[in-house]
Amino acid sequence: MNAFLTWLVLLAPAGAAVVITLTALRRPATAARWSIGAILVAFAASLVLFRAGATGETAVVWLDLPGLRVDFGLRLDPLSLLMLLVVTGVGSAIHIYSWGYMRGDPGLPRYFAGLSLFSFAMLGIVLATNLLQLFVFWELVGVSSYLLIGFWYERPAAADAAKKAFLTNRVGDFGFLLGIILVWSVLGTLNLAELSAKLRAAPPAWGAAATAAGLLVFCGAVGKSAQFPLHVWLPDAMEGPTPVSALIHAATMVAAGVYLLCRLFFLLNAPALEVIAWTGGLTALLAALLALQQNDIKRILAYSTLSQLGYMVMAVGLSGAGGHPAPAMYHLTTHAFFKALLFLAAGAVIHALHHEQDIWKMGGLARKLPVTFWTFLAGTLALCGAPPFSGFFSKDTILTLAWEREHYALLALGVGVAALTAFYMFRLVLVAFTGPAKSQAPDHAHEAPPVMTVPLVALAVPTLLAGFWGIDRGYARQYGAEAAAAHGWAAHLFEPFAHAPMAAWGGLLAAAAGFVAAWTLYRRAVSDPLPGLLGAPARWLRDRLYFDELYAALIAATQDLLARVVAAVDRWVLAAGLVRGTAGVFELTGRLLRHVHTGNLQTYALLLAAGAVVLLWWTLAR
Amino acid sequence: MSPPGLPASFPWLSVLIFSPLAAAVVVAVLRRERAVRWWTLAATLAVAAAAVPVLVGFDPGTPAFQFVEDRPWIPPLGLRYTLGVDGLSLVLVLLTVGILPLCVLASWRYITTRVREFMIGLLVMETAMVGVFCALDFVLFFLFWEAMLIPMALLIGVWGGPRKVYAALKFFIYTMAGSVFLLAAIIALYRQAGTWDLRALMGRELPLAFQVWVFLAFFLSFAIKVPMVPFHTWLPAAHVEAPTAGSVILASVLLKMGTYGFLRLSLPITPDATRLLAPHLCWLSVAAIVYGGLTALAQSDLKKLVAYSSVGHMGFATLGIFTLTRAGIEGAVLQMINHGITTGALFICVGLLYERLHTRELAAAAGVGRQVPVFAGFFGVFALSSMAFPGTNSFIGEFLALAGAFQFSLPVALAAVPGVVLAAAYMLRMLQRVAYGGPQNPDHTGVGDLNLREVLTLAPLLGLVFWIGLQPGPLVRLFAASVGHLLEQTAAGAPPLAAAP
Repeated sequence: MNAFLTWLVLLAPAGAAVVITLTALRRPATAARWSIGAILVAFAASLVLFRAGATGETAVVWLDLPGLRVDFGLRLDPLSLLMLLVVTGVGSAIHIYSWGYMRGDPGLPRYFAGLSLFSFAMLGIVLATNLLQLFVFWELVGVSSYLLIGFWYERPAAADAAKKAFLTNRVGDFGFLLGIILVWSVLGTLNLAELSAKLRAAPPAWGAAATAAGLLVFCGAVGKSAQFPLHVWLPDAMEGPTPVSALIHAATMVAAGVYLLCRLFFLLNAPALEVIAWTGGLTALLAALLALQQNDIKRILAYSTLSQLGYMVMAVGLSGAGGHPAPAMYHLTTHAFFKALLFLAAGAVIHALHHEQDIWKMGGLARKLPVTFWTFLAGTLALCGAPPFSGFFSKDTILTLAWEREHYALLALGVGVAALTAFYMFRLVLVAFTGPAKSQAPDHAHEAPPVMTVPLVALAVPTLLAGFWGIDRGYARQYGAEAAAAHGWAAHLFEPFAHAPMAAWGGLLAAAAGFVAAWTLYRRAVSDPLPGLLGAPARWLRDRLYFDELYAALIAATQDLLARVVAAVDRWVLAAGLVRGTAGVFELTGRLLRHVHTGNLQTYALLLAAGAVVLLWWTLAR
Repeated sequence: MSPPGLPASFPWLSVLIFSPLAAAVVVAVLRRERAVRWWTLAATLAVAAAAVPVLVGFDPGTPAFQFVEDRPWIPPLGLRYTLGVDGLSLVLVLLTVGILPLCVLASWRYITTRVREFMIGLLVMETAMVGVFCALDFVLFFLFWEAMLIPMALLIGVWGGPRKVYAALKFFIYTMAGSVFLLAAIIALYRQAGTWDLRALMGRELPLAFQVWVFLAFFLSFAIKVPMVPFHTWLPAAHVEAPTAGSVILASVLLKMGTYGFLRLSLPITPDATRLLAPHLCWLSVAAIVYGGLTALAQSDLKKLVAYSSVGHMGFATLGIFTLTRAGIEGAVLQMINHGITTGALFICVGLLYERLHTRELAAAAGVGRQVPVFAGFFGVFALSSMAFPGTNSFIGEFLALAGAFQFSLPVALAAVPGVVLAAAYMLRMLQRVAYGGPQNPDHTGVGDLNLREVLTLAPLLGLVFWIGLQPGPLVRLFAASVGHLLEQTAAGAPPLAAAP
């Protein structure tokens, strides 16, 4: 491997972030050039490395403490190479798009500094050679996400969302940190390659700690990939600028949890994988249900992201001991393309409508914003799993996996979620882009400038074609599995139907059913007919099943109350009661004893005599 | 041992200890405040520079005491003037002499009355603190230990806030009460072992019951200093009222006296009692971590918030110590240093804010960060460090302390984790309010950002945050051998006698 290029991939965005912070905080154009230039350099270097098929490790010593030696290294293998391309490729499109979307914002240099910092951190996760280094970047990703969600910090909603995201992540991260410490205390190393080798050589070295470690590491993924029950932060994170939502909260950072699970797949044993599969499946279902009744265009996409992340996590779990999680990474990759596309297109809509995000105030946008509409439609079709879009192939591998593992409950769940997905996505498309305009806003809409539309088109290409690029075979190589390539694109297209027809047809028909339902309900709708049909459950879904309220109440009941009680105890019982009490006892004793000092000679004489008597009695009586 | 050009017997430690005192004498005769400030700054910097030869000449490969000076002091009583440093005391000496110039800088504008007396107080404190870390004779140790009290109480009581006298008195009586037990333990040890020499007392096999009594006396004295829950109530009062420099010294150095006492005295002198009682102390440390975090979450006064966070952070240090594992104790020592750097910096930050806004209320400070971006940047980094963010100094310390707890007992480690999440919660709450805050506050218009002096005060600490965070190896190697030796003395190789309750 070419160590120089690998370091360049990692350090170019870091350099840009530093340069912008130090020199360009008042010069937007310079800041944008540095940031976009850095990510393009990283992308180019990644491409070169990928073409060369470079693999290997390079490292410098980072911590050299007695008993704990940790390197700071970079690791290239099929997994990290492909992930590098995803991060830098999608990242490049989004950086360029940002230059149009954020133009004129007074905080633009700060924005680009944050974006570059994020890219650096994310690439650090991808390239890390050991768990501690990975954890450092893992947290750094959290901070850059915090800074970018809270970018418009003068809006209280944005500031609160940033804090919520950070703290929710932190809850998961401490499970992860405990997992790391557990791995270290049992196996004595943190290096990924050494760990993997050690476990392969002597699986029983693990013992009973295996499940615990697997689940603790999974805690980190639950936080970062917003799986149930820590899913609440992601929809709120949409308060950040839309390109940030596209890059961080759709394509890359939230996928880091899935990447982590695939990276540490060798740590996960059968019971842990079962938990992971069910967590993913439930998240997919829950998020798809919640998406049905959202009206904010970005929030619908956020819930669909949650749902797709649930698919990926479920795929990791379904891979089973002895299998490999290439399907999860495959879906991660195609999802990064089409979800970034969807968010950027949604951003173009929001931009055109002057920050209107309610789909019930849109309508008829297809004619006004043709490029946006067609690319958004491509993203939607990919998300719904319509052939030949990329999403069809990757989702099919997941359903096939469930079929092959004979996990019919999760297969049914996956198929059901596919139907829901098609329903809510076409609800969005039909309401926002077709039908009558539902407010004044769409009348004045104009297509975005090329700096924004070109990235849309660029992302539409892999959205359509990535299913034919053999990405799944690339990931399978990581786990030592070679799958035969289908010959010709037509053969490739029909291969899923021949290989596992139940999965392929099930997914496809479910999506079709969802589409038909959406078409019937929303083709001409000016207001949502679903609440009338469903009644109270629709309201529950709109209110997100009250998870946020539940957590707020829980936190208020436990943490805040506890904090207040402890503070009160500290103030009144310890400080006032015990400490002042002790002082008070001494003071009181002093006051009492003062009465003895009367200055009266007879009293003193009496006390002296009494004392002498007591003393005599004590010595003589014993 | 000694750098070339000087005799090996050059009394480096005595120079370190007494040169601040000599500088204080000069301060007493200086007339102008400006001269007093510059002279004190120069003196503290010179002392810091004088520590460099000690660092260079120090051999980290051996756990033995180095730069030893040993002279008869009061022969009829068998008292000797014995000084020496090993890795543990060296890093704390470095912390002390390093933090003092920053204290002087932080007091530059903050202290306007009785400047001369204030600077004398700082310098006398320095003598006493360095003395504690270097003393190897028990009576000398106690002498320096008590000598810290008076200048500190004066710093709070004369230059403090509205309730300064109450806070100073509380601080004085509280710690004095602890010292009484220390004195009792010292006398008891002398009667039992017949020596004042710390080195001779270590490894002396004392009966278990006696050890337990001595350990408990030590514990009361040191637990008040650390402070461990429930002996911490003097801390918020003292911190809130103390001037910035007083808070910094208190947080950075004085709190370390307690943990240093545990490491220097409790563990090696009463090893059996330590092993017997360690599980209870671990749980008490966990209680401090969680308790400090929860209390900090409920505070609306910035200084109180940081003060209670200290309780939690020092809980990690005591937790690490009483896991009696290598990782735990190394983590504890790192945590002591890191807490000195980070919490000291946070107190300086709060002081800078106070100089500008004349309030420490979180609500009144909300949103000031927009006016003072440079300050907000520093504040943000120190807040991240305080929540043990990876890549900053505190992370490595807490990681090692937790790793030690893991090896010691799983329930203890699991119970300590909520404290780490709490740290993120209260620090983020503070940072968010101060840096971002709510709507524009009209009081904040015209608030100036940091000037060069203030940047210079914070910049060295910022450098240390990242240097230790990214490259802790050199620092840890300084005390690794001493920790190893300490573990042998405590015989922690044997499993703890009692299981966790």
